[in-house]
Amino acid sequence: MQLYVNENLVEVGSDSSLADLRALYKPTADMLIVNGYPVADSHHPAAGDRVVLISRGEVPTETELETLLVARHTPGVHARVKQARVGIAGVGGLGSAIAVALTRLGVGELIVADFDVVEPSNLNRQQYFVDQLGMPKVVALAENLRRINPYVSVISHVVRLTRENIPTLFAEVDVMVEAFDAAAQKALLVESFLSNVPDRPLVAASGMAGFGPANTIQTRRAGNNLYLVGDEVSAAAPGSGLMAPRVGIAAHHQANCVLRLLLGEDPLGE
Amino acid sequence: MQLVINGQSREVSAESLAELLVELQLDTSHVAVELNQAIVESSQFATTALNENDRLEVIQFVGGG
Repeated sequence: MQLYVNENLVEVGSDSSLADLRALYKPTADMLIVNGYPVADSHHPAAGDRVVLISRGEVPTETELETLLVARHTPGVHARVKQARVGIAGVGGLGSAIAVALTRLGVGELIVADFDVVEPSNLNRQQYFVDQLGMPKVVALAENLRRINPYVSVISHVVRLTRENIPTLFAEVDVMVEAFDAAAQKALLVESFLSNVPDRPLVAASGMAGFGPANTIQTRRAGNNLYLVGDEVSAAAPGSGLMAPRVGIAAHHQANCVLRLLLGEDPLGE
Repeated sequence: MQLVINGQSREVSAESLAELLVELQLDTSHVAVELNQAIVESSQFATTALNENDRLEVIQFVGGG
């Protein structure tokens, strides 16, 4: 039968076990993964399976690296998200976490835009580091994303987004993400993107400040091509600051909504 | 007139979108509005007339991200 071992199509005996494949292709392997899931060496793969054999701690060659990075992906998921282009407007608490999640998924291209620089007050929730203080956020983010998965193309714009440049910068995205901080900016992004690019879905967020319950943060369909994440009431205000857990929950609702849209699934499962 | 706002039927006296947002006591700079499945630009709020049984989605954003 034919199956894939570390992304190479090979012909093996139909009763081969993972132990047999390891002996043939990578005797030092101590992680055996079939179709994204780790298995014991007694496991017998089926024709067409994707087998990845990994030696822990080994630095892979560049050609092996992407295969290994996506070894835990469910088959078919990586191939589809790899073709996708996602826009992210604002890379603060929401946008930086969404970008990290989409990079770990191996989304093909991210277009990120923000005019701001990394400040100490950002580090309570945003995906930056002390040694990046003062850097433009999109530059720091591109650096961090490259360290996670260098096969994701990151297009960075250090720019203040306006009614005029939003439709131009994000004209070609498959899915758009609103990840601003200010309410007026959120409304502006939704209006400007959906009135100019009405056939592409937009995932926005509203209401994730404070330390209220996690489960009040939800994803709902708020318009024809608009998905809205958040509890829709918890505004950032004195006494109700933005904190890593709820901002992260909202960001990952948004990232999962993007993933479901890219895979052709209804984000709400309806 | 009767409108469907965020899935709920509602009797309003407003005749334009701008009047409706005032009637709903919303901050126009923090809302996005979809009228019969199409986004309305905020510059058009004052000149967008409402009609009986129009369906609106009115999203009121709060700050934070």
